[in-house]
Amino acid sequence: MMSPTARLVVRRLNQRNLATWYENSKDVAAKIVPDFMDMSAQALAPFFTSTKSFATEASFETRPFKLHKLEEGPKTSVTVTRDEALKYYKQMLTIRRIETASGNLYKEKIIRGFCHLYSGQEACAVGMKAAMKPADAIISAYRIHGWTYLMGVPPLGVLAELTGRKSGCARGKGGSMHMYAPHFFGGNGIVGAQVPLGVGVAFASKYRGDDNVCFALYGDGAANQGQIFEVYNMAKLWNVPCIFVCENNGYGMGTSAERAAASTTYYTRGDYVPGLWVDGMDILAVREASRFAIEYCTSGKGPLVMETATYRYSGHSMSDPGTSYRTRDEIQEVRQNRDPIASFKEKIISTDLASADELKAIDAEVKKEVDEATRKAKSDSEIPMEELPADIYAAPLEEEIRNVAPWEPLRHKRIGSAVNLN
Amino acid sequence: MAALSTSKNMLKVTTKLLSRRCFSTGRALAGQQMTVRDALNSALDEEMERDDRVFILGEEVAMYDGAYKVSRGLWKKYGDKRVIDTPITEMGFAGIAVGAAMNGLRPVCEFMTFNFSMQAIDQVINSAGKTFYMSAGEVNVPIVFRGPNGAAAGVAAQHSQCFGAWYSHCPGLKVISPFSSEDARGLLKAAIRDPDPVVFLENELLYGTPFEMSDEALSKDFVLPIGKAKIERPGQHLTLVSHSKAVDTCLEAAKLLASEGVECEVINLRSLRPLDMDTVLKSVSKTHRLITVEQGWPQSGIGAEICARVMESEVFFQLDAPAVRVTGADVPMPYTKSLEVAAIPLPPDVVRVAKKLLGLK
Repeated sequence: MMSPTARLVVRRLNQRNLATWYENSKDVAAKIVPDFMDMSAQALAPFFTSTKSFATEASFETRPFKLHKLEEGPKTSVTVTRDEALKYYKQMLTIRRIETASGNLYKEKIIRGFCHLYSGQEACAVGMKAAMKPADAIISAYRIHGWTYLMGVPPLGVLAELTGRKSGCARGKGGSMHMYAPHFFGGNGIVGAQVPLGVGVAFASKYRGDDNVCFALYGDGAANQGQIFEVYNMAKLWNVPCIFVCENNGYGMGTSAERAAASTTYYTRGDYVPGLWVDGMDILAVREASRFAIEYCTSGKGPLVMETATYRYSGHSMSDPGTSYRTRDEIQEVRQNRDPIASFKEKIISTDLASADELKAIDAEVKKEVDEATRKAKSDSEIPMEELPADIYAAPLEEEIRNVAPWEPLRHKRIGSAVNLN
Repeated sequence: MAALSTSKNMLKVTTKLLSRRCFSTGRALAGQQMTVRDALNSALDEEMERDDRVFILGEEVAMYDGAYKVSRGLWKKYGDKRVIDTPITEMGFAGIAVGAAMNGLRPVCEFMTFNFSMQAIDQVINSAGKTFYMSAGEVNVPIVFRGPNGAAAGVAAQHSQCFGAWYSHCPGLKVISPFSSEDARGLLKAAIRDPDPVVFLENELLYGTPFEMSDEALSKDFVLPIGKAKIERPGQHLTLVSHSKAVDTCLEAAKLLASEGVECEVINLRSLRPLDMDTVLKSVSKTHRLITVEQGWPQSGIGAEICARVMESEVFFQLDAPAVRVTGADVPMPYTKSLEVAAIPLPPDVVRVAKKLLGLK
């Protein structure tokens, strides 16, 4: 019966890359006695050549989860395979790049109106998606560019939607806040409204008898909305498999959580709905918590609240510099010490799941893809004028739609596939 | 006694009471009557039977048999899964209903009265009404919001508002305002089958009113087209256009005017969005005079919209007098009985206005 420490040592010794590992090792969860490793590295180094080979999996310890009315919570010992790690890394990086590109497009005035960036919160979305089954659903508010990508829309579909062009996932008609994909119900502009919708989505799953859940996301600001408490009640009463996710990034627009909420322990705000708190900057912790939540809901225990403690680097939206209500030092501190991508990168390299070069190659690949999508999103054309009156109704009853002036009616058209038509 | 939930059962009881011989020959027959309440009930029942995805939620719809008994017997027949009592949380349960519709079910969401829909109006308009357009035609929302609308009797200001103008203002919604039992049955069935969000504005005072029903109107697949008006009474001197309870006011006014030799054409709009202007314009071309009659407030109301559209059409030149509106008085509804009566147009009010338009004393 090997201790975790011994297991780790054996795994390391199985690699032929001991010297490199030792040099790079900044194992965040190091439980290994430094002296011992020093000793073994020196003793064994001559026996190994430096051919490249990677670990197939690595384990880590997460920060403890906080529980509310739960006997037990998610495991703090988490394991990730090399393939998974590379996938999550790429996903988080892609989201970060899409958001950076969006910010730049907004500054160039090519994106108009609202643009709410997810930079800093990537681990939340990627972690949840990693745990979701293919037909599990998710609904959120307006900070959703990353989710749209994760739910199957390529970067061009997201960026062109932001620039309002025809390659956008809603042909440019929705914009930043109204993107949709299979099992992803937007993209909702009215703070809090998405949460009852999410309970409804999960209700439909239960009604049909499939074992799918719905993640209904909202922020710390929205967490005070009355309608959320209304649906905590109905979800618990009717045992609806809905996971309420409060993405607590510390601020509701310019109002810090402490200035808006009498109780900032959002994972307990469901009261009779059990809840858990998770470090939202740790993608593996979020994944583990999400797995736990899905298991909980699909085993018929009803809803759960999950609070992910995270942070957004940008302001509330692009019109908010994000510095009038918090210090630059605070933002810098998080970027330097708790960035979800950088810390995951460190984990990957330190445990030899991949090399720094390999990750650099992924960086380059993602940059290329997003740059290309950005270029196309800028040069793509808008939908033609005939689509102004398109898809107002799935079953239009009138062909003529009133225009700005009388005597020159528009003509309704049907273009989209109306998933609930029949 | 078993729940009287099918139209045929209702028919047996009513016809026994009203006539000795009761057999049908396929056409509308004297004696086949049904109240609006039973018409709605039978429509709900049949649509729930036809499509598993249809379910009802709202306050008191299940165990109480419906605050106004519209859903009587349905919980007993279909059970907890399909007829669901909600807590008194309109915004929450309307949102749940919309989400369920987005994910493929066919909810019928009852507001105990449409006054309470204001608590949930964001979900009706922003979530249900606009999602199809915002998603460029991907996510349609096949939901029906139904319940009593407008003035009742003695329920005072907060419980008496007509929301026809509010909801029919919004593209993305379809808005129905039935009058008769046939309207109620055919249009509710059509609304439930419709893949878009429908606001179905009933009237509490009409629930107990019996109307003639043809065999066709009693058949399981009887649907009426949304957006098409009905000419309740043909006439050549004056067009009266209205919806819901006000249709009754117009029919009564038409009787009074008929005794003075004025023949009114009474149009029952049936739907407020789309508005059947073809029927209205055709009628005005014939009669050259138009009065719109509604119980809702005058400013930015249904009548205002109809008059504006007439102004903008060729039929304007057919008018022999300005098109005018008869509406509820521009006051919150008082409780005082005599004042309440004065706040809503009555047949003599319509007659008075008609005579002025016609230049009669």
